[in-house]
Amino acid sequence: MARKAKTILLTGMCGRLGQLVTRELHRQHRVIGVDRRPFDRLPADVTHHEVDLRKKKVRDIFRSEKVDAIVHLGIMHDPRKSSADHHSWNVAGFTKLLGYAAEFGVKKLVMLSSANVYGPQPDNPQYLTEDAPLLGGATFSDIRDLIELDHLAQGFLWKHPELSTVILRPVHIVGTVRNAASNFLRLPVVPTLLGFDPLVQLIHELDVVNAIVRAVEGPARGIYNLAGPEPLPLSRVIARLGRPTLPVPYMLAKPTLNRLWSMRLTSFPPPELDHIRYVCMVDDRRARHDLALEPQHDLAATIQAVNWGRW
Amino acid sequence: MAHIPVSVSESQPPGRPLETLEDVAKGLAPRVRETLDAAEEQIDGFLSSVMGESFEERMARVDLHLGAGGVDAFGLDPKWAKYGFFAAAVLYRHYFRCEVTGIENAPRGRVLFIGNHSGQVPIDAAMIGTALFLEADPPRLIRSMVEKWTQTLPFVSTFFSRVGQVVGVPENARRLLESDQALMVFPEGAAGISKTYDRAYQLTDFGLGFMRLAIETKTPIVPVAVVGAEEQYISIGNLSGLAKLVGIPALPLIPQLFIPGGQLPLPTKYRIAFGAPMFFDGDPDDDDAVLEEKVWSVKTTIQQMLHEGLAKRKGIFF
Repeated sequence: MARKAKTILLTGMCGRLGQLVTRELHRQHRVIGVDRRPFDRLPADVTHHEVDLRKKKVRDIFRSEKVDAIVHLGIMHDPRKSSADHHSWNVAGFTKLLGYAAEFGVKKLVMLSSANVYGPQPDNPQYLTEDAPLLGGATFSDIRDLIELDHLAQGFLWKHPELSTVILRPVHIVGTVRNAASNFLRLPVVPTLLGFDPLVQLIHELDVVNAIVRAVEGPARGIYNLAGPEPLPLSRVIARLGRPTLPVPYMLAKPTLNRLWSMRLTSFPPPELDHIRYVCMVDDRRARHDLALEPQHDLAATIQAVNWGRW
Repeated sequence: MAHIPVSVSESQPPGRPLETLEDVAKGLAPRVRETLDAAEEQIDGFLSSVMGESFEERMARVDLHLGAGGVDAFGLDPKWAKYGFFAAAVLYRHYFRCEVTGIENAPRGRVLFIGNHSGQVPIDAAMIGTALFLEADPPRLIRSMVEKWTQTLPFVSTFFSRVGQVVGVPENARRLLESDQALMVFPEGAAGISKTYDRAYQLTDFGLGFMRLAIETKTPIVPVAVVGAEEQYISIGNLSGLAKLVGIPALPLIPQLFIPGGQLPLPTKYRIAFGAPMFFDGDPDDDDAVLEEKVWSVKTTIQQMLHEGLAKRKGIFF
């Protein structure tokens, strides 16, 4: 059996994106997964530790294995869990992980953030660059954990020049993944806000996987936006999916969603309405240049991928 | 038995209900389409007659990069632009009867048009844009920067984006110029457009941002002077306190609005003059005082052009 190039510790391995990343990496590299959830049809050469990131057991993994790289996908964002749970899991877990990375001589840290950390705002520039302030938490508190993680990773990036830290900020990921954006686009009738039709960017999940692999294997270091193919108005995404829309005036949509949310009839938190109201688009020139990343899936393929995860 | 009168419903084939709403809609659809097609033909005809070529032909000569989504990087959709230009061209030709001089001064490639802002409603921007699309060769499609708060308005925000307007932040301006687009900036901003009639044709303070942008991106500046817009709505005062309360930049007092029909702008004659391109170099991060000097030269050029235009015109409406 060929020798594996690197040993990679992957958190959040059992999520849909984590499984895709595992299948992509395990042929060339030794992959160790840390996730409390079970992995469906785990490849034989992948080790899976069903353990909480905050537990001491994780430290033992670092002691017994020479970990070369860490890929952190283990970010909990179940909108129904309490924010205290979120915070402790996300921030405490990641802080521990950063500590091990510095202590055990890890050479690479890849953290998956999101373009949502910038937040949709009426005065956003059309294309946000990596140095734009992370204002997503101003209206949407559930994103604050991710912003804090992003800031922690940024601090780590500057504090530890011996370690290449990469922060990836992809736009809405579509495919088999389940996130707010793809769940929204999979609704049988898609509600929109009357008179608002912001440009949106979508990225195919396999293009994100590809970016993660590039970041792990290459020498890159820094923060990278991932934008996917060309942007288009939200209404056209929905039209291309062949779904009917239901335009609702904002004045009516907001209280309705508030009501539905408090009655637990929807999984969309009310502040997310801003995503179908204002732009939150990113400039990916840095990723195209430094990581030599071009999206492999064109606009048509990316949009159609929304249907993969339909149940 | 044959003489028994049959009611209308009985004459229908059995099992078929009365015409449903859907049937009515289906019957109407072809007629609606016909009407829309006829309107589209009228629009095409009018635009062809004013431009000497079809809208599509002219649009093809504009340096525009449409993505697979059918819009450009800022959301401009040629279909929407067509209707926008149609409406603007009707005003341009028949309502304000625009008279344009010096349009040959518009260079190819990146350019920053700097003009005086007036008339309470930004029709001046639309008319300058129309002039550059209809009369310049090659046609230019100018982008202008809109106030951030317009993005919170339904329909308005979508319309602005589809016809090529961008949110007024420096990043957007830089990006447009770096991709060799034409950008229109009114450095007077809201204070200029909402000025009262006693200060007509007197330029208010110019911001420094446009100069920094021009130096940074090495963009020529073309001064533009619009004469005729000040008189379209005569404002006698400004309820700035109330405006601030509602969250809009200005709330002008316009007596004509209270006269029936006065809601329309007065049909003044627009005279649009384009000056020779001005080039500036230096350090974009220079002291404000250094930049102010450069801005001053642009401002005085436009003020001079305004004086000339005012001296030349014989009447406000003709």
